Amino acid sequence: MHSIIDSFSRALFLILNLNKELLGIIFLSIKVSGTALVAAAVIGLPLSALLGFRKFPLKGLIISLLNTFMGLPPVVVGLFVYLLLSRSGPLGFMGLLYTPSAMVIAQTILAFPIVASLCYSAIVSVDPIIRQASMTLGATPFQISVTIINEARYGIMSGIIAAFGRVMAEVGAILIVGGNIAGYTRVMTTTIALETDKGNFELALALGIILLAISLSINLGLHAIQKRGALLQR
Amino acid sequence: MTKMYLRLAITHISKSYDSKPVLNDCSFTFAEKGVYILTGPNGCGKSTFLRIAALIEGPDSGAVSYFSGDEVLANDISLRRRITLVLPRVGLFNTTVFGNMAYGLKIRGMQKRDIEEKVNGYLKSFGLLHKKNQKALTLSSGESQRLGIARAMVTEPDLLFLDEPTASVDYKNSEIIEEIILKMKEQGNPTVIMTTHDTGQAERLADYLIRMNEGSLGLSISSE
Repeated sequence: MHSIIDSFSRALFLILNLNKELLGIIFLSIKVSGTALVAAAVIGLPLSALLGFRKFPLKGLIISLLNTFMGLPPVVVGLFVYLLLSRSGPLGFMGLLYTPSAMVIAQTILAFPIVASLCYSAIVSVDPIIRQASMTLGATPFQISVTIINEARYGIMSGIIAAFGRVMAEVGAILIVGGNIAGYTRVMTTTIALETDKGNFELALALGIILLAISLSINLGLHAIQKRGALLQR
Repeated sequence: MTKMYLRLAITHISKSYDSKPVLNDCSFTFAEKGVYILTGPNGCGKSTFLRIAALIEGPDSGAVSYFSGDEVLANDISLRRRITLVLPRVGLFNTTVFGNMAYGLKIRGMQKRDIEEKVNGYLKSFGLLHKKNQKALTLSSGESQRLGIARAMVTEPDLLFLDEPTASVDYKNSEIIEEIILKMKEQGNPTVIMTTHDTGQAERLADYLIRMNEGSLGLSISSE
């Protein structure tokens, strides 16, 4: 018990005196996950719009696959990306294994189904009356779609934030493809895993607290957005 | 040159939902300007008739044709922008009252300054100017209905379809809406085609009264 309290107080001391190494780790975490999120949104949003507005064969299957992939185990994604990027793999020539780029790729794969699936849900749950109203006001089919996406904006933002929460907290995939190289591919979650193994609890705890704080602010943001959306959809 | 006014001919339209017939061989020509009122019991197909006439839905069979002079107009975006329908549940957008009003003008590519001027004018005449920056979804049902009509009118349609505009509205707002329609009647513009189940209201507003029975237009037209 004593050692836990001791670790906590030393962790707080570390947080209050953030050193350069710690800041670098935090910054890299946000950079990798942020880039992955942008990439996932760039692929996921158009796909969700396509699924929301168009009818085509295998659409149901794609939606089911996306829903399944929302729960992809990160280590499996890590393994898959590792095999792709390893020297003997099909993309080995790019030399991306154990780089931040590899981590971005892995996290994009994790985030993309969440963005696509939740944004699709947001788009299809827009009241059909909105489509009719914009039609009666003289909107072209494209303008109608833009109007519906605009109405779904709170749900879309929730989806993107949920995906960010997932990749920020993820450790399995980036540990495998990033290799946890100090000063290069070491991020918050992989540092926590490593430092815990080494028995260096105060640094692990300090990062854990920071990670929780980031998670909390993401969720507060999510809650605020959902509350706003709910209020306006009375 | 002012645009020739629109005439609407509905010929032999039928419509079913889930193989339940709603409209059965309806024909009618709206040739004159004025206020047309469709009355009839609930579920007799009034709303469906309006949605089909306003080109929001297609009929299973039959034709909806718009004429300008003797010319039949193609069912395209430029025709659809000359007519508009206010739905019973208005379908306000999740933005401000102003944003709702500006929508129809924005999608027509109107300049920002012109939009502002026009919207303000219409908001004023509909008694909603003081709500301009309010979120539209926080309006009362009467105000929402008024905003729905104002949002349609700001696009200056030749033909305005109103589906039960006073059905879910209190007495005071109902009166305001009737006054607005009477004003259109006086000006002879736009032509209004509206449904109501309130027979008193139908008599107060109509130039032409059309009774509808079980999926077909009974066509007991009484022109005043």
